[in-house]
Amino acid sequence: MHETMIAESIFTQISEEAIKQDAKPVSAKISCGKLNALNEDVLGFAFTAISKDTICEGMKILVEHKPLQAVCKDCDIKYDVDFLNIKCPNCQSENMELLPDSPLILEEIEFEKE
Amino acid sequence: MKKIKIEKKILSENEKISIQNSFTLAQRNILCLNMISSPGSGKTTILARTINDIKDKVRVGVIEGDIQTDIDAQRIKETGAPVIQINTEGACHLSAEQISKGLQNLPIDNLDLLIIENVGNLVCPTAFELGESGKVVVLSVAEGDDKPAKYPSIFAKAKAMIINKIDLLEHVDFDLEKAKKDATVLNKDLKIFPLSARTGQGMEQWNNWIIEQIKKYQTQE
Repeated sequence: MHETMIAESIFTQISEEAIKQDAKPVSAKISCGKLNALNEDVLGFAFTAISKDTICEGMKILVEHKPLQAVCKDCDIKYDVDFLNIKCPNCQSENMELLPDSPLILEEIEFEKE
Repeated sequence: MKKIKIEKKILSENEKISIQNSFTLAQRNILCLNMISSPGSGKTTILARTINDIKDKVRVGVIEGDIQTDIDAQRIKETGAPVIQINTEGACHLSAEQISKGLQNLPIDNLDLLIIENVGNLVCPTAFELGESGKVVVLSVAEGDDKPAKYPSIFAKAKAMIINKIDLLEHVDFDLEKAKKDATVLNKDLKIFPLSARTGQGMEQWNNWIIEQIKKYQTQE
């Protein structure tokens, strides 16, 4: 359900940029870390509802999920963490430190050419 | 088609206000805990009992978040602690702006601890920083020991985890060790407090941890 508020924030940012660019936005790419628990379908549904009858109507919102990463404290390699198996793929150690999860980012917006 | 790079945080507005909140709290030396759980885990019961247990040593203020009603705020009021009720009118989480407004109506110059009881929901509140010093996740044994594995985000982000209603352990199939293990897989520093807010068992350790956190917070810098 928090996708609604996220959709609203994206909508506001895209609308502002559309005014600046004086062009109709076609699609936007956002990225988010694993701990954000963002569901692409729910976000898309919320965005469609919010953007109806606006310059953003019909836009596609693409979500890129970034993996959660950890550093192995024994062999020092960086790896993508799976919630169910946190072991280092290199040395099988469980002695790791999580790296900060990527925040929700509006990466880019694609506009129709004038 | 033309592509424009934006690379801006989507929740930057919420984040900006959450930083202002944490600044407001830090200036007054107030430790702030954000309590997150499913509905019915016993957050309010824990909170009321904790306030009664520590109110001689610590000045506690509370912000109650609920979709509607002020039932929880009324229960907190009985302890004598100042409390603000925020009704989200359907929204599944509290936002930093609501906390900012709540702070204006609390006696923040006379508090050591602010506890925010978030809307009962194990998913959405996790994504919205409020300006807290730490998150506390509450899980009750009636919900099942699979919750940390199913909802990993909050368990990965929390500073402490309460396992409530342990007086019911003998009646439910809840594997305490499994819940602890799943919760600490991603969070080795997670402090875990199995307790029963109804009988009082285990409350002391939890209350002592809070007092210790306040001391730590007030003597840092």
